[in-house]
Amino acid sequence: MQRRKLIHLFAILSVFALIVAACGTTETTEAPAGTDAPATTEAPPETEAPATTAPPETEAPDTTMAGGELGVVEVGAGEDIQIRSLQAISGDVAFLGIPNQRGIELAINDYGPIKGHDVSLGTPLDDLCSNDGGQAAAQTIVADEDVVGVIGTSCSGAATAAMPLISAAGMVMISPSNTSPSLTSDLAGNANPDYHPGYYRTAHNDLFQGRAVAEYLFNEAGITTAAAIHDGDPYTNGLAQAFSDAFEELGGTVSVFTAVNKGDTDMVPVLTEVAAGSPEAIFFPIFMPEGGFIVQQIGGVQGLDDVLLVAADGLLTDNFLELPESVGVILSGPDLQFGDNASSLGTSADDFLAAYEAEYGEAPSAPFWAHSYDATVMLLTAIDQVAVEDGDTLVIDRQAVRDALSSLGDFAGITGTLTCDDFGDCGSQRITIVEHLEGETTAGEVGENVIFSFAPSE
Amino acid sequence: MTATAEKTTSNGARSRLSTNWVDGFLMLIRVAAVLVIATGLVAFVYQSVTGTGGLTGPAFRDLLVAGLAQGAMYGLLALGYSMVYGVLGFINFAHGEVFMSGAVVSFFIANALFNAGWWTDAFLLSLAIVLFSAMLVSTVVAVLIERIAYRPLRSAPRLIPLITSIGVSFFLQNAFFGLFGPAVKNYPPAPAWLTARRSFLGFQIEGTKALVIVVAAVSSVALYFFITRTRTGKAMRAVAEDKEIAALMGINVDRTIVTTFAVGGAMAGVAGLAWAILFRGVSFITGFIPGIKAFTAAVVGGIGNLGGAIGGGVFLGLAESVAPLVVLEPLGVVGVSQLKDAVAFSVLVLVLVFRPQGLFGERLSAEDRV
Amino acid sequence: MTVDWRKARNWGFYAGASLVFIAAIGMVEAFDRRPLITPGVSLGLASLLWVPPLFAFIATRRQQLEGFETGKAGVSEVGAGALVGLLSGSMLWLFTALVDATFQTDFNIRDIFPKLGPAMVRLLTFEQGLGTGALIIVLGTVVLGALGAGLHLLPGPLRSGVVQGILWVFAIALTQAIVDDIFDNDTTEFIANALYAPGNGLKIPAAIVIFIVAGGLAWWAATRDTPSIRERLNRMDPADQRRTTMIALVITVVVFAVLPRFLGGILNELLANVGLFILMALGLNIVIGLAGILDLGYVAFFAVGAYGTAVLTSPGSPAFSPELPWWLALPVVILMATAAGLLVGTPVIRMRGDYLAIVTLGFGEIVRLLFLSDWLSANFGGSQGIRQIPGIEWFTGEIRGVDPDRIFYMVAIFVLVAIYVSWRLQYSRVGRAWMAMREDETVAEAMGINTVTAKLLAFIIGAILASFGGAIFAAKVGSVFPNSFELLVSIIILVVVIVGGMGNIPGVMLGAVLLIGVLGGPTQPGLLQEFQEFKLLIYGVLLVVVMLVKPEGLLPSRHRSRELHHEEMSQDAWLTAGVGAQEEEAVAAT
Repeated sequence: MQRRKLIHLFAILSVFALIVAACGTTETTEAPAGTDAPATTEAPPETEAPATTAPPETEAPDTTMAGGELGVVEVGAGEDIQIRSLQAISGDVAFLGIPNQRGIELAINDYGPIKGHDVSLGTPLDDLCSNDGGQAAAQTIVADEDVVGVIGTSCSGAATAAMPLISAAGMVMISPSNTSPSLTSDLAGNANPDYHPGYYRTAHNDLFQGRAVAEYLFNEAGITTAAAIHDGDPYTNGLAQAFSDAFEELGGTVSVFTAVNKGDTDMVPVLTEVAAGSPEAIFFPIFMPEGGFIVQQIGGVQGLDDVLLVAADGLLTDNFLELPESVGVILSGPDLQFGDNASSLGTSADDFLAAYEAEYGEAPSAPFWAHSYDATVMLLTAIDQVAVEDGDTLVIDRQAVRDALSSLGDFAGITGTLTCDDFGDCGSQRITIVEHLEGETTAGEVGENVIFSFAPSE
Repeated sequence: MTATAEKTTSNGARSRLSTNWVDGFLMLIRVAAVLVIATGLVAFVYQSVTGTGGLTGPAFRDLLVAGLAQGAMYGLLALGYSMVYGVLGFINFAHGEVFMSGAVVSFFIANALFNAGWWTDAFLLSLAIVLFSAMLVSTVVAVLIERIAYRPLRSAPRLIPLITSIGVSFFLQNAFFGLFGPAVKNYPPAPAWLTARRSFLGFQIEGTKALVIVVAAVSSVALYFFITRTRTGKAMRAVAEDKEIAALMGINVDRTIVTTFAVGGAMAGVAGLAWAILFRGVSFITGFIPGIKAFTAAVVGGIGNLGGAIGGGVFLGLAESVAPLVVLEPLGVVGVSQLKDAVAFSVLVLVLVFRPQGLFGERLSAEDRV
Repeated sequence: MTVDWRKARNWGFYAGASLVFIAAIGMVEAFDRRPLITPGVSLGLASLLWVPPLFAFIATRRQQLEGFETGKAGVSEVGAGALVGLLSGSMLWLFTALVDATFQTDFNIRDIFPKLGPAMVRLLTFEQGLGTGALIIVLGTVVLGALGAGLHLLPGPLRSGVVQGILWVFAIALTQAIVDDIFDNDTTEFIANALYAPGNGLKIPAAIVIFIVAGGLAWWAATRDTPSIRERLNRMDPADQRRTTMIALVITVVVFAVLPRFLGGILNELLANVGLFILMALGLNIVIGLAGILDLGYVAFFAVGAYGTAVLTSPGSPAFSPELPWWLALPVVILMATAAGLLVGTPVIRMRGDYLAIVTLGFGEIVRLLFLSDWLSANFGGSQGIRQIPGIEWFTGEIRGVDPDRIFYMVAIFVLVAIYVSWRLQYSRVGRAWMAMREDETVAEAMGINTVTAKLLAFIIGAILASFGGAIFAAKVGSVFPNSFELLVSIIILVVVIVGGMGNIPGVMLGAVLLIGVLGGPTQPGLLQEFQEFKLLIYGVLLVVVMLVKPEGLLPSRHRSRELHHEEMSQDAWLTAGVGAQEEEAVAAT
């Protein structure tokens, strides 16, 4: 027995030694390479570059604007320019990610080839609306060093974990629907911890939407007491919090700040909880079906008869608006009054929706398709601007793509005029508040009834 | 189980010590639970009386009604779990999906009826059609599952059908996701005369909730008579008690098991109708959480006990609805509605800590109980 | 006896129903843009192609009866296979025609089935219109069906050669991104270039070469009548056996230690994820496989590990933020996991199997809801989670999610610890106590085994292993959100244990590699990222099929499969079936 134990101990120790040695090898080969891209024997610098976290590398683009720092992408004759889609396309968040992905597809279609090279989206990737899903998908993206840029993610949590990789690989990522302030800046010129160079978004920043709702309720509707309900999703929680902060800053009171769970059906308890705070308005930036349950069941709760219901873009969908009880609900969201706005390709919202319906047989299930379309056109335009033809080969400088996006100003998109700030917030940031009037059942109709609009610059 | 513990106390000091330690811990949980609940209740009453918080009488009664309606639905689903558990001794994880399939498919019937104008003109007839289709679809799905996935595993160890049922559940959920898309579909609203609130014994009850409660009550009574009075029902009980002896007595065990699944499916169909008029929004994930809650309800009520399933469902529905506001909120917990599910599962733990056989006592055959 | 035509007819209907189902859930359309072999076969087409031959093969398989001569397969088999193909093809065509017919009416079938659009009809008729399309479909399925059934005509080795050749072609076509990634350097790039048209799947010559090489190798291997490794191992005497196992172990470790240096980012990420799940599956294997406790809330301990690490190490932790280095946080996390194990374990210790299942499930949800809640958000960040979690300090730098190879090494170290612990425990005093307890609790107790301690110990060890997983996960991803700890995670870990082979360490590892590695975890993509949308559907089908065909798991412990054939319903028979093996081994070892 004693001998066997010794053997085991020895075996285990040797295994540990091996592992330590293996880990160590990574280090020793990397150490002499210094801050430069580590030149290991097994892989050329390009492969290894994405994997390094050496701080000078990641921060280089910020301090020195010298082109070429991040390397170039060469697209050979007859090859496609590679971009990727990283959206939440499975599970219960698919309603958000699928229209986004389709927006990208239509945009690539409309844009056509860039300097004789087609644009390929590859296999659409899934961010699974989670941080680890985003990280794993990003790992797949950066493994292909032909990829220039990514349109994604759908969910802010996924971007938090994906962006360090995308950024280190020198790629860019433009999100159509991340709204979390933590991914960009505090709007006062300071980057938030989760900001990484190469990140852009056409979606608005939550802080603006929260502020817009608060201003509407406090200044326009004369409401001083409100309640907020979120559903435990980082997005709805962040938005409810942004609203709550802005509303109290204006002098109002948020008497109840509470939440439901995804999958909850019986809303009477939460509404009873809310009623105890006797609010004049309820802000519930949540999704279907829970949002539907709230408007359907509010009639069964006493003390909330005259309360003003305010939802957000998550409920600006046909299947919520077709509920008779949702008439009278106020909805806030990114400005969907696209009207005659035309993308730089000449596509208007109507053109897009017609093409969408024809291609996919249904209307988009979430309103960020336009942001997705604009994001894609933005990326393709930036590539178009900086791509240099070298014989049959197209050379795309990664740093130049970032510079082109960062300096993008007054870019015409379906969502309005896009201008990127220093931390990647490119969206028009225009928030509108619309009212659901009697007789209307679609997002398109309701989107027209603007009763308040808010833009940070105005 | 407690009996076993007592029997073994003579087995050496160490064993006794740790057994006592566990008993002590359980006692601690019991005492803590009682203390928390009591403190919450006292604070609630105090706040209600002084007007510093708590609830008004009508608000409290609304909570009760909402909890009762939700609980009735849990109860209907719990019947399916309880019956299958009684007969085959395993948790049919896919039962929530059986319910979902009835509710989702019937949506299209209801929608067609609505478009044809029947839903508004002949509401009760439409409702009957929808009820029939929900029951039919759920029954067919339940029977198919039994035939394809569970029957070949009749003699396998019990973990195997449990895992299989998880697989079936994944499959059904995602098949419905693929076939019908991810969007939430809304049943057309019930007519105004049904949704109106009426006064009843001091309670303000919406017609829809009353209807759901009545439907649940009627179908469980019908089920009770079916089980106790008919030949098939007796066969089911016999098979639940001992399959081999039942087979010797000339009972067709296979057919009886199919019937059990069919009846459970039909009850899930009724729950589908209840969902259609109460909550209206259905999608492919509709069945998952209610399924788990219903299983919880079946255990809370005492598994294998059909009355217990309904009772457990109602108890769980009421607890979910009332406890966050009556116990937790007065204790200063914020955002209590978010903790509703946590409350439901805590109720489960506490019930089993206080009464390991469930509120109304389990009814298991000798072979299941060993 | 000739072919059972009724069986062929039935399987024809099953095949047809499967084809229609695959088309109706949108798989064909979704995968159409993913070419497998250029030109010709897209993944969308491939999602249909496999059905007729497989079903025809099954339909024409003869039942092997002991003592009876199995007749030689002949032309009638091929005919029956063609019938299966004909029926399935006709059903698919009929379905397509029906869908197409609705386009002429007012009735919009896409209101009900959103995937049934003109695009699908175009695909299913190969853009040739219904008439020619029908010809192509039906002819194609008939040929495929006949080919599938025709496999019976081939001698065994040749058959396995053909089948494996085809499988390898598809496998290599499917894993284009990964193979590209592996050969992605100047010296070996030519291999990838020879195999694939860029972004466009396998080139046809490459496909043919792969088929011939892989098929040939399989055929050659099958003709040589070598006994299986396990058989050979069994024949050795115990000392040799131990030495062989040890050598195999060391070789495996060396391979895994060197491998990540050659693999690209995708595969390393995948390996790291698989490793995390192996770690947790081994933990759950102790709880469920050894001690016989059906725990459906295992994710709770994973969450405790991840959140514990996040709070202790992250500067972004909302309330309490000591910013400890990861290695100092680890002992604290172990303590927390122990406490959590005790807290969950004690109340459930006296409960029976199924009660245990739902109560532990409840505990898992309670833990997630508490981390999610606004109530405790001042401590755990609520739905915003905790971000800015630093990496793991190693001798020369920080190990983070951005370099997956080093994360993989980290995971590997803990997996080795887990393997060692599980392996030693099986043969220890406690391990034997668990087995006795699982067999019959009352008797075990009467024998003087302290079941309370034994059960709690299982809970605690399982909890600690899961918390290791959580601690690495937090450092790897750099942030924790409550939605990473849903019930689905518990269920998938359980599935990994069961499908792999409960109670058997290599089995559990194989389960993790196959399920998490190939299909993907709850929020981790697998090798086949294309299948993401249909992942859980495939999980579901796979689970049912595995349970029906091989309920003891893919790599069962030796005794389990034997036990499964006993129709025994002893106490907790559903659990005991897993593990009879260790007892004898334990006896042998002492």
